[in-house]
Amino acid sequence: MVTDLLVLAAGGAVDLPLGITEGGNWFLRNAWLIPLLPALSFVVILFFGKRMPRGGSELGIAVLGIAFVLALLTGAAWIGHRDNYHGDEIHRAVVVVDDGGHSGADAADHGSGGGHAEQSLAVVNTVTWFQAGGVEFSVGTLVDGPAVMMLIVVTLVSLLVHVYSTEYIQDDRRYTHFFAFLSLFSASMLMLVISENTLQLLTSWELVGVCSFVLIGHWWEEKPNSDAALKAFLTNRVGDMGLIVGVSILFFSVGSVLPDRFGSFSIAETNALASAGMLPQTALLVAACCLMAAVMSKSGQFFLHTWLPDAMAGPTPVSALIHAATMVVAGVYMIARLYGVFFEGLSIGGSSINLMAVIGGITTLVGACLAFVQRDIKKVLAYSTISQLGYMVMALGVGAWTAAMFHLFTHAFFKACLFLGSGSAAHAVHGFDMKSDMGGLRKVMPHTYRTFVIASIALAGLPPFAGFWSKDEILVGTGGWGLFGGTGGNGAYTLMLVMGMVTAALTAAYMTRCVYLTFFGEFRGHGEPHESGRRITVPLWILAGLAVGAGLLNMPSGFQLAPGSMQERFGHVVEPVAGYFPVISHAGPSWSLAIASTLVVLTGFAVAGWYYFVRVEAASAAAGRSLTELPDGPTSRYALARMGHTFLVNKYYLDHLYTGIVAGGTKGPVAAAAYRFDQRVIDRGVDLVGETAVSAGRAVYDKVDQMVVDGVVNASGRVALDTGGKLRKIQSGRIQDYAAILFAAATVLAGILIVIV
Amino acid sequence: MFLNQFLLLSAALFAIGVYGVLARRNGVLVLMSIELILNAVNINLVAFAAFGNSLAGEVFTLFVIAIAAAEVGVGLAMVLLLYRNSRNIDLSRIDLMRG
Repeated sequence: MVTDLLVLAAGGAVDLPLGITEGGNWFLRNAWLIPLLPALSFVVILFFGKRMPRGGSELGIAVLGIAFVLALLTGAAWIGHRDNYHGDEIHRAVVVVDDGGHSGADAADHGSGGGHAEQSLAVVNTVTWFQAGGVEFSVGTLVDGPAVMMLIVVTLVSLLVHVYSTEYIQDDRRYTHFFAFLSLFSASMLMLVISENTLQLLTSWELVGVCSFVLIGHWWEEKPNSDAALKAFLTNRVGDMGLIVGVSILFFSVGSVLPDRFGSFSIAETNALASAGMLPQTALLVAACCLMAAVMSKSGQFFLHTWLPDAMAGPTPVSALIHAATMVVAGVYMIARLYGVFFEGLSIGGSSINLMAVIGGITTLVGACLAFVQRDIKKVLAYSTISQLGYMVMALGVGAWTAAMFHLFTHAFFKACLFLGSGSAAHAVHGFDMKSDMGGLRKVMPHTYRTFVIASIALAGLPPFAGFWSKDEILVGTGGWGLFGGTGGNGAYTLMLVMGMVTAALTAAYMTRCVYLTFFGEFRGHGEPHESGRRITVPLWILAGLAVGAGLLNMPSGFQLAPGSMQERFGHVVEPVAGYFPVISHAGPSWSLAIASTLVVLTGFAVAGWYYFVRVEAASAAAGRSLTELPDGPTSRYALARMGHTFLVNKYYLDHLYTGIVAGGTKGPVAAAAYRFDQRVIDRGVDLVGETAVSAGRAVYDKVDQMVVDGVVNASGRVALDTGGKLRKIQSGRIQDYAAILFAAATVLAGILIVIV
Repeated sequence: MFLNQFLLLSAALFAIGVYGVLARRNGVLVLMSIELILNAVNINLVAFAAFGNSLAGEVFTLFVIAIAAAEVGVGLAMVLLLYRNSRNIDLSRIDLMRG
């Protein structure tokens, strides 16, 4: 008897605080209205849009406007709720199946950690969706800091994109259809951000994918567009499998520790259990890796990023919506939502490398490098988005959760501004090619030019523009900066710090290139470009204003130039301090790092600026026409070798980098010598590598490919053909023959069953 | 009454149904034979439910009947379309899928 009692006590129930409540402000409890409105407008526009005076666009704009106001009110309600609401918190009794002696303790001191003192209670509101086999599936809203932030961002960007589209796709043959799907797109993303459970998240995740498919393929009559749409959809399906598997693993592993339930999709419960260390580490690791696959496809992480540049085939407002607010940040947001799972599963705290940080770091570099070799202005921005998403994933991977969310927030504004600006320029010149269609647009499109430059600087991250604050916070959050005192953080991710720094320089350089090719020099296209109308420029200016000012929402703590009440407002409001969120430590800001990163960005600007604004400008004047690169530059020589070889795509970027860094880094008298060095030594080296690769490739082709590989392929083909020929006779096409085989097989199986049993 | 009487009836019905599916050439008659097979299964389900004091088999049978109705609806529509397209419903002459 005594022994039994002891066992019960050891494996007894633990009261786990989830950090959620069912009370709170009306706006917080009824956030489901925000996705519902655009969903309804989708249906109405689809069926009645053609009969409306403006083809349904007015309804879309009105509904998004209401949703934006509601989101703002929800945000205001959340700011009040965050600090003042101390109502009844929901607890969950948990039976610890395998009590290692520490879980209870972990759960007990939960909710007090983090940099912020008081706890925040997320507001949950659920209804039963369906029941199956005694398991209840609910649908509802989980409204907390990140959700509210996303609601505001998505509704704002979507509203501006709606207004912009009314001019951009004026007289389009599927105008109404376009606005209907913009509404559905916004609705799915809004539902995704307030999803209460992973099943609901999965559903809206798929809906977002379908809408992107429809919108990317908006002009599907042209083959490349429908191909791009298919590619986007299919690449996303690859990751979706990861999401389904990951969500299922979490469902069952949560069920294994809940005493009276089979499983749970609830985000709050999953995170709370994971953060408290009550879920098996292996399950969390596998689930986190599966979910990472989903993030890689949705958020364009290396090596599933390939759909994203192709998605530029869609109309520009769609690109802006996809890249700034809705589709691609869904992956980043999903990590932020299930952060307990990732934090524990990948052991982010106290480590110096992990899967997520590495993928993010590689992506940010790969994306930035590829942005150098694009002619299409939207593809530059697409690769830039990949790079910045890599930044966010890297930030989440090093434990800088708030920094990642803040970067998502600021990036949404300046990237939307850049995309809409590129659309405005392309609209005027009827083409997207910077080298053959654009150039010199600053004179004729002053509004587009100014907003584009502002957003570019914000993207590159110069103080005091928005990008600077969020980028700096990520760099600090890596915890890899040890100069003049370490910055703390969750680990020592020095490698990620270096990757982030390099990307900062690259970003500044490729945006300089993009701005030069688009707005400077002489106009190289056809026709008479003119500034776009007010429905395009007003959204541009709103976004540019936010690109300047949004960064001031989260001044680092200890930033002496701002009053204390201004510091870390964003972090305080957005970051949950609750049972369902892991205890993460916060890095302290560092003046030296801020100055170093600014210098790095300035170097990037200086190098690219010197190349384009000095060298290319001079060459253009000499040649008498507007050039886009140096005529004798290394970039123009290997056009033949470029084809087909990823290696040579990389070489292309190396050329820019070399002409840039080697030549530009040493100004004055040394520059010419360095340039000669670049031409003679490095180029010769590159030549040599190229030639070796070509001859090696030929040898491999002759010997290995022709003999071995082809032999195997031919043999397997022959075998398949012979087998096929024999099997072909079974395929008579007559249904009754098939049925006969079916029944014969069933009889044989039944016979076997009888004999065995 | 014994359980095996029901099972024998069901087995006989099933065998007739299988014969019909495999040997009849008329599409409509094949559909009817499929119905026979389904009803053989239904008899099994009801018999086991009645002798096993469980309602599950009977409930299941209701589902089978409902879905069989839908299936026949689809099947007859297909036969109708076949007839419209090729002016015959002889299944042995329809071999468009021959490999």
